[in-house]
Amino acid sequence: MEAILLQILNGLDKGTAYALIALGLTLVFGTLGVVNFAHGALFMMGAFVAVGVQNLLTISARVRDTSITFFDAYKETPYLELWWGDVGRTIIDYAVPISVIVAIPVMLLVGLAMERGLIRHFYKRDHADQILVTFGLAIVLQEIVKGFFGANPIPVNAPQVVATSVDIGSLFGLEGITYPWWRLIYLGFSLAVIGGVFAFLHFTTFGMVVRAGMHDREMVGLLGINIQNRFTIVFGLAAVVAGLAGTMYTPILSPDYHMGMEFLVLSFVVVVVGGMGSLPGAVAAGFLLGILQSFFSMNEIKAYLPGIDQIIVYLVAVIILLVRPKGLLGKD
Amino acid sequence: MSDDDKKFGTLSRRGFLKASIATAAAAAAPTILIRNAHAFVNEPKGATVTLGFNVPQTGPYADEGADELRAFKLAVKHLNGEGNGGMLNTMKPLSLKGNGILGKKVVYVTGDTQTKSDAARASAKRMIEKDGALMISGGSSSGVAIAVQSLCQEAGVIFMAGLTHSNDTTGKDKRKHGFRHFFNAYMSGQALAPVLAEEYGTDRRAYHLTADYTWGWTQEESIKNATEALGWKTVATVRTPLGAGDFSQYITPVLNSGADVLILNHYGKDMVNSLIQAVQFGLRDKMVNGKKFEIMVPLFSRLMAQGAGDAIKGILGSTNWNWSLTDEGSQAFVKSFGAEYGFPPSQAAHTCYVQTLLYANACEMAGTFNPCGVIEALEGFKFDGMGNGPTEYRAADHQCFKNVLVVRGNQNPTSQFDLLEVVKEVPRSQVAYDPKIFGGELGSCNA
Repeated sequence: MEAILLQILNGLDKGTAYALIALGLTLVFGTLGVVNFAHGALFMMGAFVAVGVQNLLTISARVRDTSITFFDAYKETPYLELWWGDVGRTIIDYAVPISVIVAIPVMLLVGLAMERGLIRHFYKRDHADQILVTFGLAIVLQEIVKGFFGANPIPVNAPQVVATSVDIGSLFGLEGITYPWWRLIYLGFSLAVIGGVFAFLHFTTFGMVVRAGMHDREMVGLLGINIQNRFTIVFGLAAVVAGLAGTMYTPILSPDYHMGMEFLVLSFVVVVVGGMGSLPGAVAAGFLLGILQSFFSMNEIKAYLPGIDQIIVYLVAVIILLVRPKGLLGKD
Repeated sequence: MSDDDKKFGTLSRRGFLKASIATAAAAAAPTILIRNAHAFVNEPKGATVTLGFNVPQTGPYADEGADELRAFKLAVKHLNGEGNGGMLNTMKPLSLKGNGILGKKVVYVTGDTQTKSDAARASAKRMIEKDGALMISGGSSSGVAIAVQSLCQEAGVIFMAGLTHSNDTTGKDKRKHGFRHFFNAYMSGQALAPVLAEEYGTDRRAYHLTADYTWGWTQEESIKNATEALGWKTVATVRTPLGAGDFSQYITPVLNSGADVLILNHYGKDMVNSLIQAVQFGLRDKMVNGKKFEIMVPLFSRLMAQGAGDAIKGILGSTNWNWSLTDEGSQAFVKSFGAEYGFPPSQAAHTCYVQTLLYANACEMAGTFNPCGVIEALEGFKFDGMGNGPTEYRAADHQCFKNVLVVRGNQNPTSQFDLLEVVKEVPRSQVAYDPKIFGGELGSCNA
């Protein structure tokens, strides 16, 4: 029972990460008709916003270690800590939540620049061209980040107060079930973002126009609405969602320049399984595949089906596409 | 028939017999001489000799690869008599004269392994066939090392392995043309065992998470054997896909497994992520079986320790070499490297630097670049002054035997580089083993 509960939590946690990236991917595909292979790079850039903020907050005074003469070795003390003591330490400790606030405008700008600067030139080209150019863009972004930050993972810590785990078993009358605070926060945060995006699209006039444009772009245009501008903003919104997913994920996965690619492939599987262009499909498929991946990693299952944890996502994708070629919630 | 024709015909018959005998004699007598003097791949004809440095320049180990490349460049500089000489001042015995190798200036070409076996083989092949590289070195993965070693055997050039820790490299996959200075998983197990007994006791229950490829498998086996010999029990050994990223589904079963030690047979990014996540799951705060739960990382790297941040503090592991060693060889290398680049070398840089000098020295000892001569010179070569105490390149498997460091993530670092604290320098006698235990055949020289 304990093991199952823990794997459900793992699956939900993983699923929200997939769903957040897939949500942006499918939003862009549904509105602009663009297959954006640079979307994983936006996730990575969001993570590096957190690295950048952490680096800014920890700009330090250096005290040389005089026992070492062959090169400059020093102990660093952040200026914030020197100037403001405990307050400075607390600000540094909260680098990730601060990064979330910073990431929103930064990722919005990145998204808008990407759409205006490059993507819009490929609206009328076929999907193969779009994939090539966005994949190329992803590689360029990766190399830029590698040039600045190196190839090694960079540790980013969650605030101390939530850096440990919590006994959640007691809520269910079970013993010995602990789960990291930050993963629970990530789960809640992701659900809030997903809910926010749905609310935005369903309960605002802007969202209503965007949905109408997704359904019939030409008709919306004939009604005198500049749907293109709205779609550009939607691209920016998708970049913000992917970026926030990356920023919040940094305490779980130390950021490195390649992390976006690793998520991109799985997120595409999620989009395809959910149904290209279907927002609820992306979310449902994200959770489904996340939970399946966690369950099939259990030793009890792997004892009978060795290696199943590594292929289950793709196996399920194949089965779903055979049974429902348009995906779980895709429409003809 | 004319007279000329008759003469020609008579001479032809006699000539044919004479020529046949002469040709047979000529063909038989100098064969060995010819094979020794020429007829090996990429024999240097001009004033230079080309070495091929095959390192990960892209991909997850690009930083480690960059450090290897720095070390190779420094080694070339020292071989050519430039700079302060580094370990040429401390290596014993030394045949090198600081004028290149056998009087030829050393030049180099580089390749990108991408930490992928196929890409590594392709770049090594290009350096051998197009650039004329006489020796290939470098790499940061056992999968790559084994693949490139096999290619070098087929091509007839020497392979001086970089960072590779799998038992297989000089075990079941060993080759006559391949040499490894770096230590291996078996040695890690043997070095760590006494320290583990001392620090954690002999009644422990271990849970292994293992990277699912050659290095992970051999490390799991070696550490399992070493800890079970102490009296520890192995609760489970679980294979994890390379580059899994999120290890939560593999860590949560540990919580209620009854294990009180988690052994992470992971390297690089996998190690960073699995360690950080294990700490977040509160494993290090747990008490199990009346004992404090412990996490162990058998293979440490300072570069990777940086990525793990605070999570690495207090964690036990082993390493081939650390810049903080105070012997004269290590100091000479750290001084040269530090002066050149402004920071200390990694263990990957150290092994690559040493391998280059060892290869060059073997050529000087043999008096030839012929791989067969070089192999003979390296086999059984005993040396000192290279940072790990007295060392021997064992002839039976081309594995170096030297002291091994047991280290711990430093709790109170004095600088940004002071991440590992040396707990014990384990003598090589304690990590030695019979080459037969890992099987494999060296084969013969292919030159």
